[in-house]
Amino acid sequence: MGDAEVPGIVLTPPGEGDQAGSGPRRVVLNMGPQHPSTHGVLRLLLELDGEVAVSCRPDIGYLHTGIEKEFEVKTYQQGVTLTDRVDYLAPLSNNLGYCLAVEKLLGLEIPPQAQWMRVMLTELTRLNSHLVWLGTHAIDIGAMSVFLYCFREREDILRIFEMFSGQRMMTSYFRIGGLALEPPRGWHQRVKKFIDVFPSRVDEYEDLLTNNRIWIGRTRGIGVISLEDMLDLGVTGPMLRAAGLKIDARKDAPYTSYERFDFEVPTRTENDVYARYQVRVEEMRQSARIVAQAMDGMPSGAWKADAPHVVLPDREKMKTQMEALIYHFKIVTEGFRVPEGEVYQVVESPRGELGFYVVSDGTAKPYRVHMRTPSFGNLQATGKMVEGSLIADVIASIGSMDFVLGDTDR
Amino acid sequence: MAAFDEDAVTGGDFAHNELTLEIAPGKISSVCGFLKYDQGFQRLSTVTAVDRYPNEPRFEVVYHLHSVERNERVRLKCRVRGEDPVIDSVTSVWRGANWYEREVFDLFGIRFMNHPDLRRIMMPEDWEGHPLRKDYPITGSRV
Repeated sequence: MGDAEVPGIVLTPPGEGDQAGSGPRRVVLNMGPQHPSTHGVLRLLLELDGEVAVSCRPDIGYLHTGIEKEFEVKTYQQGVTLTDRVDYLAPLSNNLGYCLAVEKLLGLEIPPQAQWMRVMLTELTRLNSHLVWLGTHAIDIGAMSVFLYCFREREDILRIFEMFSGQRMMTSYFRIGGLALEPPRGWHQRVKKFIDVFPSRVDEYEDLLTNNRIWIGRTRGIGVISLEDMLDLGVTGPMLRAAGLKIDARKDAPYTSYERFDFEVPTRTENDVYARYQVRVEEMRQSARIVAQAMDGMPSGAWKADAPHVVLPDREKMKTQMEALIYHFKIVTEGFRVPEGEVYQVVESPRGELGFYVVSDGTAKPYRVHMRTPSFGNLQATGKMVEGSLIADVIASIGSMDFVLGDTDR
Repeated sequence: MAAFDEDAVTGGDFAHNELTLEIAPGKISSVCGFLKYDQGFQRLSTVTAVDRYPNEPRFEVVYHLHSVERNERVRLKCRVRGEDPVIDSVTSVWRGANWYEREVFDLFGIRFMNHPDLRRIMMPEDWEGHPLRKDYPITGSRV
């Protein structure tokens, strides 16, 4: 593969600087994407010296869809549907971050049931995301069967999402002002059935991997990058926690009444692929705890805010009350105005710090929405992390970052 | 260690429990150095921009900083003119600013001085125009 014709990326020609032909022969390997319609289209340019990756340059942007631009022509409530499509493995975390940001601008008070419901479903989303990560990461490293186990539980979670919202993946279940629909009848039994057995399922994954000698051999001591480098390069989430830094927005700046829940923030100090695996597995157990607490202590009452100019009225009210019908018409046709201002709302997505910077100019459409997505920041550390490692370990290392390219490119 | 320069802060705001400081564009790099090394804001969360077209100065370059040990966040804002917009890069303070500044360059067309690798990051290399500018159309095709 020629290295000179790669546009915009300057690579050292083989053997330059040494006497012609006597220096080390370096090869540039283009790792992915194989086809434009594959998911996770990331391109890595690896400069190889034998089997060692001397340098690694990630090339992103293949999934850029202009979502931030799209926000500017949608009303605030319509914007919720865009957030699903950013990080498609954690749509509800994105819904939550965006809704909280706009609610902060509006000064809306969200009733307790809606808040707890949000906590419960966001934690199920974290389980969903971590399960996909664990399954695919294990496949990348060569442990095929874990994937089947993980997707068995993921299916249960997607069915729960479908029960709540009618959608398996692009749920858009959180809306500005509360939830999209009333929680369905029978949700409690359904979630309980899942969460009662889930911890034993995590034990099964651990049986397959935690003491597996091949797994340990492939992950321990691999992908190490110093905590200082990670902080400097913008890495967040489980990767920092696997390096011993106890950082979690759910604890540091609680939102949606996370302060009322009892859970631990797991950390490790080894800072390798194995430690990141351990952190995420423990996070699954903690998320299951949060879901169980939310379910048992679910407050009763309203599931959307008392704000008729923002929240759509009940169907029944529209048939009997003139005001309800007027509000419905106004919200659907022109949306609602949001006071001028700007906020930056951070939530802890399964991948790390997810920030929504929303600027309002007082109209019914956002003036600017910027998403600080965790995958973008994490991916920036790829080069530093895999420098000097074997090609096979590059796969293990980038897998341990748990990025979603939709989240990176937006 | 950078000393604090009082002339650097040209304004500020505290709303929704969030602190915003307006910084003179020429001083952004030294202010960031001060905040990182003297004030413990070791994380740069994000760099982005807002286009205030047709107002002048047209662009706001917005930085979100985070101090892990103090558990605090601060927003810095620099106003940059619309004609040939340019501002100093903060990549010398945080290496992580690299991609964020490339994104702002790509989507807003703001140049960052002393940036080590200022290329488009999202759009194709040969793309014309900067999509997140307010005068860039949302639909339509180039003829």
